[in-house]
Amino acid sequence: MKILTCPLNGPRNMSEFTYGGEYHPTPDHADASAREWAEHVFFHHNTAGVVTEWWCHNASSYWFLAERNTLTDEVLRTFDCDQLYNQRIDFSAVTTPETRK
Amino acid sequence: MPFGLLKYGLSSEYPAQQHFNPAADLKKHYDVVIIGAGGHGTGIAYHLAKYHGITNVAVLEKSYLGGGNTARNTAVIRSNYLTEEGVRFYRESVKLWQNLSNEFDYNVMLENRGQLTLAHSDAAVRSFRWRAEVNQHMGVRSELVDRQQIAELVPNLRMSEESRFPIMAGLWHADGATARHDAVVWGYARGACQRGVELHQLTEVQDVEITAGRVTAVLTNRGRVGCGAVVQAVAGASSVVANMAGIKLPIHSYPLQAMVTQPYKPLLTPHVSSPHVHVYVHQTSRGEFVIGGGSDPSPLYNTRATLEQRESLSAAALELFPFLAQARLLRQWAGTTDMTPDYSPIMGLSPVENYYLDAGWGTWGFKATPICGVSMAELVATQKVPDIIAPFALERFYRFEQINEAGATAASH
Repeated sequence: MKILTCPLNGPRNMSEFTYGGEYHPTPDHADASAREWAEHVFFHHNTAGVVTEWWCHNASSYWFLAERNTLTDEVLRTFDCDQLYNQRIDFSAVTTPETRK
Repeated sequence: MPFGLLKYGLSSEYPAQQHFNPAADLKKHYDVVIIGAGGHGTGIAYHLAKYHGITNVAVLEKSYLGGGNTARNTAVIRSNYLTEEGVRFYRESVKLWQNLSNEFDYNVMLENRGQLTLAHSDAAVRSFRWRAEVNQHMGVRSELVDRQQIAELVPNLRMSEESRFPIMAGLWHADGATARHDAVVWGYARGACQRGVELHQLTEVQDVEITAGRVTAVLTNRGRVGCGAVVQAVAGASSVVANMAGIKLPIHSYPLQAMVTQPYKPLLTPHVSSPHVHVYVHQTSRGEFVIGGGSDPSPLYNTRATLEQRESLSAAALELFPFLAQARLLRQWAGTTDMTPDYSPIMGLSPVENYYLDAGWGTWGFKATPICGVSMAELVATQKVPDIIAPFALERFYRFEQINEAGATAASH
């Protein structure tokens, strides 16, 4: 059984985790177009090599990030998402979707 | 030809049949370069050459003919999908399958076995009713069957009400079939090469040259090849190849594993699949039981087999067919599947003018092989998108018009 190291729960069996997709930087909510959102939600780099991706520890519902090589299935490291999300997002300045294209 | 057969039987020599041209040097320029010599790539080449008179075509393959998912799929042919777009598309493919051996005078060993999908919950029964209605409306033979009918169709199936997930009903698809997957690609390749198409194995496309929004050449390990148009038909490697042309796709590549048992006498006629216990089983004409299920839980560019998947496939298969507990496994393997978010393919135009996509085939590519050859060749030859593949354009993701194909997988993912 493969082992994945959860930043919160430590090393656990791979079967306790769920894959959550590639990490993509979130588009700027204030002025991203519908096309950019579509790309953010549906499209993937699907890199053959090292990727950063979301994983969830099922029992604790804890989401974190992992760097994994998609050619060898080797996990290089796992880390908390606050390493990438370290700024407060202010949602008050959002314009309506109709005003953008 | 009974006399030909008799003569062949009495002969002492059995020369190997020449299926395609021996490797020659690459030309400097082709009208069409097809990347990937699987069923889809060779099918497109065959139709370009035979029906559109385009014979200056090269099929470039980094490995060998039909060595990718054409060799690795479990050869299920069916059209009992759920969306109108999906049913129409796969229905045409199933029709083409019926005549495929005659089409290129090569026996693909098509067997119309029928396919049975099992419901173990009320929710599944409801969705099967829906699917049966859509299918019948579209002229596809699907019907809801009860436990009694299931027991008659598949006498060896475990029908106990004491089992963990008792079978409540089934969706019977009389149009379901199977064929010899290798013969399909050999037949297409032979037919294409007879008409002047060149097949180049061990020829890997490493980059794509684009000038002013058009492909002008592909760069391979054997040098630069100029081209009038490019079609990529590379399944699991779709994102990697499209990336060379600067195209991003909504695809994740997942391994899909399957395995076969030792051969048995004929015991099981139809395909039997259970989305609930995540398994499908059928017996090949050689007698082996083919056991397949869902994709691996996370993406990977690797065709290794895992113990986890073998355990889960075995456990699920035994739920349905307990006698398989005695069976020995002969092989377990994987293919890399290019999964899309809506379980529908990505076919047609790309952001690069003369670069055509045949991707996103996930776990549903084999059955679509004939219609794919027909429709993609028409697109390349006429540069007009045929109606039957128009809904599967890459652009649908930008318009939020996905084709949510819940019927795409015999075992859910």
